Amino acid sequence: MGYMEIIIGGIFVNNILLAQFLGNCPFLGTSKKMETAVGMAMAVVFVLVLAGVITWVLYAFFLAPYKLVYMRTIAFILVIASLVQFVEMFLKKSIPALYAGLGIFLPLITTNCAVFGACILNIDKELNFMKTLVQSTAYAVGFGLALILFAGVRERIILSRVPKPLQDTSIGLVTAGILSLTFYAFKGMI
Amino acid sequence: MLSLSAVLFMLVLGATCGAVLSAASKIFYVYEDPRITEVEGLMAGANCGGCGYTGCNAAAVAVVVGEALPSVCIVADAEAAANIAAVMGVDPGTAEPLLSYNTCAGGSRAAKKYFYMGINSCQALATLYGGQRECQVGCLGLGDCVRACAFDALKIGPHGYPVVDEMKCVGCGACEKVCPKDIMEIKTMSQKLLHLNQYDDRIAPCQQTCPAEIDIPKYIAQINNGDYEGAVNTIRARNPLLLSCGRVCPHPCEDKCRRGIEDEAVSINQLKRFVADYEMNSGRRLPVSVAPSTGKKVAVIGGGPAGLSCAFFLRRLGHDVTIFDAMPKLGGMIRYGIPEYRLPKEVLAWETDGILNIGIEHKPNVMLGRDFDIGSLIASGFDSVFLGIGAWKDYTLGVEGENLGGCYTGINFLTNFALWQQEDGAKDRQPFVGKKCVVIGGGNTAIDCVRTLIRLGAEEVSIVYRRTRKEMPANEVEIVAAEHEGIKFTFLAAPTRVIGDEEGNVTGLEYLKMELGEPDASGRRRPVPIEGSETVMEIDMLITAIGQGPDVFFAKESKRLNEDLNLTRWDTIDCEDPVALQSSIPYIFTGGDSATGADLVVSAIGAGRRAARSIHFYLAGEEITPPEKTLFTNNIPVSIFESVPGIEKSSRTKMPELPVDERIKSFIEADLVINEEDALYESDRCLQCCLTCYNKDVA
Repeated sequence: MGYMEIIIGGIFVNNILLAQFLGNCPFLGTSKKMETAVGMAMAVVFVLVLAGVITWVLYAFFLAPYKLVYMRTIAFILVIASLVQFVEMFLKKSIPALYAGLGIFLPLITTNCAVFGACILNIDKELNFMKTLVQSTAYAVGFGLALILFAGVRERIILSRVPKPLQDTSIGLVTAGILSLTFYAFKGMI
Repeated sequence: MLSLSAVLFMLVLGATCGAVLSAASKIFYVYEDPRITEVEGLMAGANCGGCGYTGCNAAAVAVVVGEALPSVCIVADAEAAANIAAVMGVDPGTAEPLLSYNTCAGGSRAAKKYFYMGINSCQALATLYGGQRECQVGCLGLGDCVRACAFDALKIGPHGYPVVDEMKCVGCGACEKVCPKDIMEIKTMSQKLLHLNQYDDRIAPCQQTCPAEIDIPKYIAQINNGDYEGAVNTIRARNPLLLSCGRVCPHPCEDKCRRGIEDEAVSINQLKRFVADYEMNSGRRLPVSVAPSTGKKVAVIGGGPAGLSCAFFLRRLGHDVTIFDAMPKLGGMIRYGIPEYRLPKEVLAWETDGILNIGIEHKPNVMLGRDFDIGSLIASGFDSVFLGIGAWKDYTLGVEGENLGGCYTGINFLTNFALWQQEDGAKDRQPFVGKKCVVIGGGNTAIDCVRTLIRLGAEEVSIVYRRTRKEMPANEVEIVAAEHEGIKFTFLAAPTRVIGDEEGNVTGLEYLKMELGEPDASGRRRPVPIEGSETVMEIDMLITAIGQGPDVFFAKESKRLNEDLNLTRWDTIDCEDPVALQSSIPYIFTGGDSATGADLVVSAIGAGRRAARSIHFYLAGEEITPPEKTLFTNNIPVSIFESVPGIEKSSRTKMPELPVDERIKSFIEADLVINEEDALYESDRCLQCCLTCYNKDVA
């Protein structure tokens, strides 16, 4: 599997949000405004890449050699949560500007299933370190793309006449479904 | 074995993570104000973003750096705000609650300008067409604000515009942000008290015209709904002297009433008097809310309408106010100039007591320039001074013999009489009353003099005026009442000489007959004397009431004030901006008759509030100059109509008054209050105008 395939596959074909349906809570929660959607997308790129790499290292050097693969779920959760906390502290001290930009979104990602899901997928596909890095980046970009697209659509939905029972989250889910269908067009590309 | 290694692994991993994190928290430690954590702990912790900051931590930071008020958290209650304020070491009171309110009463009755399908949001409408109603600035009524409100405090009312439930509103400002027409505003009480009418306000012609800027349609609607207390509060937001104004105001608002274009104008002032009397007769004073104290002290010199109004609003804005007044009791010209039969002093006392009750100090019998001066006020810690000294100095005719015995001047006569009538200590002031009395002048002072004289038992009382009845500046109702009471009028007569006998008492008045010529600067036709038409009138008492100006002896006798305080050539205090009302000495403000010369009570009340606004900003070190769009009793051109379609004629409620033969024997109040049924009928006649729309009688 080449790098190009990984990138296209990660961003479009196997889009983590629209094809694998992971991370739906921030997808619906932070997509009402373009501004928050962009902030969230940036934060996810940042954390997902780091988490992907760290969990690969944890798996390859600790879990697999000591035959503790069945522990990976709990180990990954612990590592990802600590990582996010660590990154938050690091940014606050070293890159205050970036910290201010990502603001509230960093701690929110602690509970983002897309991050955890991507890490698990990387391990399941038995990728090497470089491919894990590329794959994680592709997934994160895919997440950001879907979130920003969706935010754009939702900003338009406000302007249209939505039947009362379907307003807000309901129409959001319907729209997410349609958006997901459009991404099915990428199926079979690789 | 298997489980042991798993446990060991988790222990190691957990310990590693913990160690790394604790090390990181040391290494990457950033000094953070400990108060931030404390403040954050007191917030609701919902991370809802309702306050406008990204999460509670960001809001806490904003509070600590002073960008946000302790009350920033919209979910936490007032107690939390007080606790946060305690952490910050500030007075929790400084956070005046914000409340949302709607500034457009037009709603759905304004015709739609554009019709289209598919969109039900104000935002979209405003973007696509810039607004769909006939009126450019009014409410679109699609309820973006209602959807934006997270607290269920807003709904679209029966008239098609948003109605705020003040009990539920937390002042978060979501509605204000979302409204494309700036209809929804979030303001504290102080900000509302400070607002001056603007060219882009959605206000009816009556409210534009009222010198005190009272929200007239609102209080009439409240009367119509039976909410008399609400109506009193609405009036009191602009005018603390509603009992007095309800009696003596010549209601310029009614001249601009839209109903008046097709029909008789709504009797606005009688409705004001109705609710004002309702409050007084209920035996209970409605509470007046006052902003938290600012610790600034303001001296108000003069307890007349301007001074009382200025003191009232300054106090409500949180300043400490002391009124210094030269007379024994409060009220100024409305106590000592307006006679008892027009404004009973018992009523006035109830009103001024209510104003003092909100925490204003009153120092009677002290006169500026005689007992104290500006310098002594500043030395005793006052931060600013309001000069509301009124216009108490009568102009004189400048003809021969006007100082003879039996000759008086208008204000002097009325004041003396009022003192004799009201003060036990002034029994030596019993006024002289002649048999054949003449009052020169055509203003309200002249009318007050003649109506007082007839009640004092003068046999024949007449008015001598150099123009005609049409040009008389007195209120029409007053002229009519004087006519009913048997006052004689001699028009087109200019006094030239006062004739006396050997004992120095007045015996006659010589005047020239006049005819009307070209209109002068005031738009009234200038009287021109007819040569050789001198006529002599036999009289034994003469009162000159030809106008009055401020008595500024205090300034002329003080060296410093004489140099620094600019006066106009009419002796009024010169202020560059009639809205800001700041004198040439920055900490001295003025308003009312002392700034404009003799004018209406309601104008003085309006000026008092404008001066209070300027003083408030002056004390806060903010910009005093009013916004460029300030209306200042001008009218918004689009709101003035030529014709008003859809109006069915309905007669105006007559003012009940005492029968003439009864009232001229005493000083009992001559005009009576309308009853509740009439008030409801009259309030129904109001078209509830907004800027350009109104309720039609016939659909």
